[in-house]
Amino acid sequence: MATKFNKSRRGIVKAGAGAAVVAGAVGLTGCAATGPSVGSGGKKLGRVVVIGGGYGGATAAKYISMWSEGAIEVTMIEREREFISCPISNLVIGGSVKINEITRSYNNLEGRGVKVVQDEVTLIDPAKQTVTTRKGQTLQYDRLVVSPGIDFQFEKINGLNAEAQKVVLHSWKAGAQTIALRAQLEAMPDGGTYILSIPKAPYRCPPGPYERVCQVASYFKQSKPRSKVLVLDGNPDIQSKKGLFTKAWNDLYPGIITYTPNMVVSEVDVKNKTLVTEVGDRVRGDVLNVVPEQKAGNLASAVGLVNVNNRWCGVDWVTLESTVHKNIHVLGDATASAPAMPKSGHMANQHGKAAAAAIVEIMNGRQPMALTMANTCYSFVDPQNVVHVASVHSFDPGQKTMVAVKGAGGLSTAANEVEGKYALAWARNIWADMLT
Amino acid sequence: MRKIASILILPAVLLAAQSAYANNPLAGRYLAANCANCHGTNGQSVGGMESLAGYDRGRFVQTMKAFQSGERPATLMHQIAKGYTDEQINLMADFFAVQKKAR
Repeated sequence: MATKFNKSRRGIVKAGAGAAVVAGAVGLTGCAATGPSVGSGGKKLGRVVVIGGGYGGATAAKYISMWSEGAIEVTMIEREREFISCPISNLVIGGSVKINEITRSYNNLEGRGVKVVQDEVTLIDPAKQTVTTRKGQTLQYDRLVVSPGIDFQFEKINGLNAEAQKVVLHSWKAGAQTIALRAQLEAMPDGGTYILSIPKAPYRCPPGPYERVCQVASYFKQSKPRSKVLVLDGNPDIQSKKGLFTKAWNDLYPGIITYTPNMVVSEVDVKNKTLVTEVGDRVRGDVLNVVPEQKAGNLASAVGLVNVNNRWCGVDWVTLESTVHKNIHVLGDATASAPAMPKSGHMANQHGKAAAAAIVEIMNGRQPMALTMANTCYSFVDPQNVVHVASVHSFDPGQKTMVAVKGAGGLSTAANEVEGKYALAWARNIWADMLT
Repeated sequence: MRKIASILILPAVLLAAQSAYANNPLAGRYLAANCANCHGTNGQSVGGMESLAGYDRGRFVQTMKAFQSGERPATLMHQIAKGYTDEQINLMADFFAVQKKAR
């Protein structure tokens, strides 16, 4: 696998230099009218570069290649070697799923015609329409898709410096931190306290923190029954599936979980294993899990794509094109979410398809059309039983944004095992939908 | 059964003539991608969810209508189905009907 990957990467470097001029020419003359203009390594409708191989980026890359039937050259640049899913990662923290079960290869995207490059983009030049990577490649694009996910506002919490971040984990990006938090919970003696600090909304995955509470409590109930879970929520209330989570906490984990709203953590005292709130409450615990407030991935702000509340990227909800830079589309959690639209992996996948449709239409010289998006978020309340929230969003031309379709969407009536099976099938299918 | 399906389809087809999707023959493919997260790319599920590829057109429309009305019980499809218009459902049905079945 490694040999195949390296070979194709050399191919891209070579093609990149040759294709740059060709791609630029196609962009200027208009692709549909002038017909094919194929250069060395260039495809007849031009080139799209996708930055980020998460739920948004990988989906966009695959669907642009598939829907253009290979007429658009697609290169996806992702800094990680493999995809590790945030959805389902709370089960790794709870101990019922192993990290390898939520890890998938990027190699199958090559079969869809996507060139996958493991590298990190350090610079985007919107005027020249180029991206430059850490390893020194420069790639020309006709259209760029930026799907950078989120980064954390560590600076909003005193003491949460680089050193403290090694001990006080967020585990809000799946991977090393998921494994590390699991290890901290396993090392904690029975009778200890786990504290989860939840940031003020909007943050990635609204029901995620409350699912994590269930998973940690489930582990404690089974293996460390004298241990406690303290939830410090920066919000005035549970942000998603409130009734369902409250019922699960009361029914399944009586005496284990203490939930406190309006607890904005503003300081971390690592030495004393203490979290301090903005009003001076001091809460001591054995495992401190602080999820800081979030913003669009750092790359987005570096190129000036952040234009909403100094944190998020404004987009046109028909094309997902940035409201700052032409020919740059932004997807997923980094976007300034439309009303009632959650920052979820499922939603990012739908963004990826909407952007892919728009890009394929535009690059064929046609008019993109407003589409509909659906969202489903499953949460595990223990290792088997699941609750969902679902919604459908459609474009409102009057408001020029996506709005939740009235009368559609809703919640599970109660946690159930049938949806537990569906949740895992959802994961297998969405991973295949974005990566194979 | 066939009769019921065509009664449902007819008004939507007429409506489609004036709609935003009328000028784009690919609208069905784009709308159907909404389903792929759970039901597989082009409706080809990799397991645990029903494949929609090769689904009979009339049956697809009828099933979505039954979800909308509550006639067919579901965990969440009754909530999702209500988010789509007759026209959108018909376009999705057209698309899935001609997709190769999952292997």
